[in-house]
Amino acid sequence: MPTAPHRLPERVRRMRSPPAPRAVAMLPLPPGLRRRLREGPPPPPAPPRAPPAPPAPPAPPFAFTPRRLRLGLHHPLLEDGDVHRHLYLQGVLTSLAEVAEGPKVSEFSCHISGCCQVFDTLEGYEHHYNTLHRNVCSFCKRSFPSARLLDVHILEWHDSLFQIMAEKQNMYKCLVEGCVEKFKSSKDRKDHLVTAHLYPADFRFDRPRKAKSGPWHVSSPAKDGASVPMDVSQETSEQFQVDPMETGPSENMEIPRPPASPGPTTPEKWFYKSSSSMNRLNVAGPSADPWGTPLATSLQPDSVPLIPTL
Amino acid sequence: MWGRRGRWAGPGGAEELRARRREREAALRRARRQEQLVSKRLLREDSAAAEGGRDGAETVPDPLSEDEVLELLRGMQRGSEDRKRSLSRLRRALQNKDTQQKFVRLDGSIRTLVGLFTSSLADVQMEAARCLHELSHSSDPAVAEACLPATSYLLTYLSGHSVEFTELCLYTLGNLVVESEAVRKQLLPQGIIPVLASCIQSPHEAVLEGLGYVLSQLLQAKEAPAEIVPLVLDSVLPQHMLRLVCSGLKAGTGAAVEFAWCLHYIVCSHTADAALLSLGALPALATLLLDLASETPPDAPEGLELLICPVLRCLSNLLAGDTGCQGQIRDERLLVALFLILQSFLQQHPFIVQEGLWLLNNLTADEPFFCSALLALDLLPALLQLLPCSPMAAALVLTVLCNIAEKGPALCQQLHQALPLLLPALALPDPQAVGQGLELLHLLFLHCPEVAADFIRQGGQRALEQHQSSPELQERARALLDLAGQPAGASTTGPCHGTVSAFP
Repeated sequence: MPTAPHRLPERVRRMRSPPAPRAVAMLPLPPGLRRRLREGPPPPPAPPRAPPAPPAPPAPPFAFTPRRLRLGLHHPLLEDGDVHRHLYLQGVLTSLAEVAEGPKVSEFSCHISGCCQVFDTLEGYEHHYNTLHRNVCSFCKRSFPSARLLDVHILEWHDSLFQIMAEKQNMYKCLVEGCVEKFKSSKDRKDHLVTAHLYPADFRFDRPRKAKSGPWHVSSPAKDGASVPMDVSQETSEQFQVDPMETGPSENMEIPRPPASPGPTTPEKWFYKSSSSMNRLNVAGPSADPWGTPLATSLQPDSVPLIPTL
Repeated sequence: MWGRRGRWAGPGGAEELRARRREREAALRRARRQEQLVSKRLLREDSAAAEGGRDGAETVPDPLSEDEVLELLRGMQRGSEDRKRSLSRLRRALQNKDTQQKFVRLDGSIRTLVGLFTSSLADVQMEAARCLHELSHSSDPAVAEACLPATSYLLTYLSGHSVEFTELCLYTLGNLVVESEAVRKQLLPQGIIPVLASCIQSPHEAVLEGLGYVLSQLLQAKEAPAEIVPLVLDSVLPQHMLRLVCSGLKAGTGAAVEFAWCLHYIVCSHTADAALLSLGALPALATLLLDLASETPPDAPEGLELLICPVLRCLSNLLAGDTGCQGQIRDERLLVALFLILQSFLQQHPFIVQEGLWLLNNLTADEPFFCSALLALDLLPALLQLLPCSPMAAALVLTVLCNIAEKGPALCQQLHQALPLLLPALALPDPQAVGQGLELLHLLFLHCPEVAADFIRQGGQRALEQHQSSPELQERARALLDLAGQPAGASTTGPCHGTVSAFP
């Protein structure tokens, strides 16, 4: 934490601008002025007396009357200040800014049971945690970018009451923050997102729940907290529907094992590093229902041992 | 946080830096005069520059060929190792404008990039986000607008919790916002304002600073007063912005700077005065000015002027509104603070002088309180010392003096002592300033006839005669000579003579 009374962004503390030649060096301020600032608020002003009669207009050719000035955005008086502000935005005010490095930590691993990803920066860990573990559906283990989208997902995918009520009233909420519209079907909602909110038609967090991978199928015996991979069986049977947004040709799907029969999956750990040169994590195509983001069901090359959970 | 990343000046060191700055400054002035002042911000990690020393200089990579870009794209579309590596290479390559253009023209490139941006793999997502950010920063509209398919996701991710990622999304959005009205016409229905309103409750300084940046870009849009300011005023944003500006000395100065500029743009829209005043903006900003003045050492640390400038502007414009709010801040310490600030920034940032004098005019124009306070605090010598700063400063100093003189004989008497310093003002090259000087003399002669006699004694006649041939000044110069020609003590026939207000 800073020790100075105020903390300026790193870059501006190091600015060196060439001193401009000016006629004035110092202002002849009376001594002790600064002290007056600390003297506390002034006594309340005297009760307002009747305002003096407005002065008669000045005799021509003199024209002065006191006027408060309102200056618009583009007034010339403000030009220098605006230019300075934009030099700042463009980073030109920086000179030799040092990078204030974050604290160095030695490698550590994600503490969520079932996830062994390893990190060497706090930011990397934070981002991983927020992407994969923070807003995770406890039913199907899909992770979501926000608590709000997670709530909507749970309601629409895993709440039987929702389905019943949806037959009678508009239950599908608009996904856009601040919009209170509700719709009777997922399709209607999508149409609304596209027409009223200009969302893309293939918005990733608005894929409708397909019947066969509804809540009743997704019953992996998840350990609490563990974001285990989706039913591998379900995934593998659908993996080859390539989602152009997510993956290219299916050659990235390395599947060393034949699809298992539908049912509970065996939770397994995969070990991989997060640093750029060593990431071997595959993404299982979200070609199934990527209403959320299914956890990576990466199947490693044989050289990496698969460590079964206890 | 912006401060985490270094931005290297490039080879050549300080001299080149200065030259580059002068060029940029000239370009910015030209743009502003055409009312097209637009800038973008770049967040770029310079892991090479982190080594320190000149060898860390970051140079823009050479452009890639079409085939090389295509190969990177294919790499991104394949799985695992390839994907990550290709993305990193792409990110570096996209620092080159040529490569940017090639990339966005490739079929499926943006689609793939957005797909990776929405990946569940944190580091793939981050790298894709950095690529998008480079594209957003481009000065080529075709490149920046190619990022549009990503906007709904950028907004979705703002409610996430990863500070670094959120920050990156914010700066990317801020760059896109300023690109064109078409972009904003997409972002507004996508709900950018409500999302920002949620985001402003984040405790993270870096996020807040990025958020302030996005808002400041939105609020500078031409259509902002009609289309954007009302939405902002309807949300919780204004109260949080005010809070963050006013706490900016203790923490989050970067964010405070951004939000202060936001407030300035809002105030300039002319539709927000009542809303802001009801939030207590005027006393809050006045208190902030007091804090800024008392915390700023005489040789001010660089950067505070970026906060002080918009605060001065907001105060001045709010005071100039029709709302009768001037009485809210009748505190003489405001004058003290103002002059301390002017003193601190006089040398390095003279633009603060004219903006501060603007505030001083708005304080003194209709309030005898501030006029007497200025004299009682013995700030007159300092005020006069500001005359040579610039033509605009000179005109404003004289206007403030007129404000004081206009309040009646009691104050005019106190200005009398300043007469010797006013004579040189009549020789200033700027006719507008001289004109105000003549108005001032008129007021002084009117209220204190003995000033006229003194003026003549000090050689004022010559000073006035100099302007006999100047079209905008001659009438007034002539009239003053006539006034001064009257014997001391003779009653003047000016109509103002009868309105003598009692002053304490």
